Amino acid sequence: MTSAARLEFRSRETVRELAQRLESVVAAIDHKPVAVMHVCGSHEQAIAKFGLRSLFPEDLDVIMGPGCPVCVTDVPEVDEAVVLARQGVHIASFGDMLRVPGSVQSLTDAESDGAKIHVIYSPRQAVDIARSLPHEQVVLFASGFETTAVATAALILERALPPNLSILSSHKYIPPVMEIVAEMPATRVEGFLAAGHAATITGWGIFERFVERHQLPVVVAGFEPADIMAGLVELATLVRDRTPRVVNMFPRCVTREGNIPAQQQLWRVFKPTGGRWRGIAHIPNGNLRLRDEWAHVDARRRFEIDLTSLWDYAPPQLAADCICGDVMAGIATPADCRLFGAECVPDKPVGACMVSTEGTCRIWQQYGGPRVVLRTTA
Amino acid sequence: MSISTLARDTRVAMKHGGGGRATRSLIGELLIRGFDEPARGFGLSALDDGAAIPIGDGQSLIVTTDSHVIKPIEFPGGDIGWLSICGTVNDLAMMGATDVAGLTCSVILEDGFSLEVLERIHESMVEACRAAGTTVVTGDTKVMGRGEIDGIVINTAGFGFTRRVVRDCTLRAGDLIVVTGTVGDHGMAIMSARHDLGLGMSLVSDVAPLNGLIAAAMRAGGDALAAMKDPTRGGVASALHEMATKSGVGIVVDEPFVPIRDAVRSSCEMLGVDPLQVANEGKALIGVRPEAVDRVLDALHSHTLGRDAAVIGHCISEHAGSVILDTGFGRRLLIESDGEPLPRIC
Repeated sequence: MTSAARLEFRSRETVRELAQRLESVVAAIDHKPVAVMHVCGSHEQAIAKFGLRSLFPEDLDVIMGPGCPVCVTDVPEVDEAVVLARQGVHIASFGDMLRVPGSVQSLTDAESDGAKIHVIYSPRQAVDIARSLPHEQVVLFASGFETTAVATAALILERALPPNLSILSSHKYIPPVMEIVAEMPATRVEGFLAAGHAATITGWGIFERFVERHQLPVVVAGFEPADIMAGLVELATLVRDRTPRVVNMFPRCVTREGNIPAQQQLWRVFKPTGGRWRGIAHIPNGNLRLRDEWAHVDARRRFEIDLTSLWDYAPPQLAADCICGDVMAGIATPADCRLFGAECVPDKPVGACMVSTEGTCRIWQQYGGPRVVLRTTA
Repeated sequence: MSISTLARDTRVAMKHGGGGRATRSLIGELLIRGFDEPARGFGLSALDDGAAIPIGDGQSLIVTTDSHVIKPIEFPGGDIGWLSICGTVNDLAMMGATDVAGLTCSVILEDGFSLEVLERIHESMVEACRAAGTTVVTGDTKVMGRGEIDGIVINTAGFGFTRRVVRDCTLRAGDLIVVTGTVGDHGMAIMSARHDLGLGMSLVSDVAPLNGLIAAAMRAGGDALAAMKDPTRGGVASALHEMATKSGVGIVVDEPFVPIRDAVRSSCEMLGVDPLQVANEGKALIGVRPEAVDRVLDALHSHTLGRDAAVIGHCISEHAGSVILDTGFGRRLLIESDGEPLPRIC
């Protein structure tokens, strides 16, 4: 980033001005509290890191929705990876996935029992690992939303995968889950802050039908402090004026059409299928699975994954008390969970939201929750 | 935050060496149990950088010990030998013993360790002793079998004398927090070297003996120099938590005033690491009564190791034991990292 850009989007004066505008826009809304939802772990991360929550008006609830792909990876998907790992297959995955609890074990637990787990920073590293282990089977446990799914797709389309590498896709697709949240009976959400980076791929036009159907405004926002505050000002204004539409507040990266070559790659490799998102619901078209054309690199078809092999283990007791699902649906906050900060800590997570650096519970644990220190006299 | 983290564990894990809460619960709940306090002065239970034993004539003997393991053993800005001298010299300095009478050195080596590398490490130790104005006065050597130890472990102990013992538990509301230079250099240099991150940036460890710099600050500050701690493992966040908890004050850190090199800032941002939670090996946090802060800053600025010294925060009577970060946008808690984001930073 150039220093000029840093000045512009991290200008404290700009952010303070935006905070005042947000205050007055929210004050002019005829009901309280006002609730909006973002669907992106990176938004929550930035809000927490820069201390922006202490600037939000008291009457504005900015809820973190199901925006962390690791957190919404469901138990059976983790189980598939754990079973493969226990069968002796090498698993390559992003660090965040390692501690996500399955029905009885996480990949970290499997590693303690001798499984071979490799932490990667980019899908491409899985290729290097497979090449260095020509006599072993390596599986890329691929997670992430459409943004990261494109990287997996590109890898497959290059047709340069070593024969001993296959893909276990737990990639997810964000737009369908917004529909589900909007339709939840308990929902208080009056507008969505959409993730700038995902929209870079999909384009902002994809939200137009959503707005029409649900009459809820959508604002696409970036991740710098001024981006987020400006996005919220715009969103609150649309709520105040009862003018639901899509506004792109991240035009330096996002266009209406999005990145068309990336979309083509994505849909050539993946097909959307229905599936459960952890704690949320069954999401029609929410999961990205490999198309039949790529069956030869699909770990689900290469291996017989027998989930019953985990049945010998007793499931952890604490999991029953975990309210990650309600947290991700925006109905509860980590403060409502009796495990939060006690039995459930980053080091020994019970629920998925405590695992990922993008999970709400983890972020609250790391940065001290919403407004804890706002009223400190300096 | 008084939840025992040790009670949940059955084995020692890497986090217990991370310098954060897990380390403190291991030490506090297990390792120091059962040892009596020294007849005079203070020892283990103070959990300070070392022990202080009064020896008459207004003087105290300061003793400290530190074991050093690091991967890689040679890194940009230093090596394990240089680190093992500086670490112990700095622990003594943090307690006011800037005149280091002598050091001990124990080396444990793995069968097969390169003599050429050992020679370089030894050379660094000699050089570091010269820079700190001290020497190694006694030592011990052991060799272990292949795989029984990872290359080399160096333990050093140090002793020095001081008329003014400085603690880490003596902050008061109103005191200002000074850092003696840029933050995060050591940890990011190690992280980049260890994981071959190829960040293409000049990340160099800050490991250096601080006793000369601290002597200057103590002369300038006198009794108004209230407390000191070096932000090693766990970084500034961990050190300030410890000072705030032991002193019973809250600490507000003004993030925009924390000196951070551009290369450290951008690599931290890329990796999602907070520079305030990253280890330093050549920096000190000094609590200063407000009336003396200009004098102390002047003294620090005129020393080569203190040119970037800055006031980064202040102590308040509310929120005892908490560290609050004012980001310039808003405020949030600055939490200690529970264990190392990446193992064995130092």
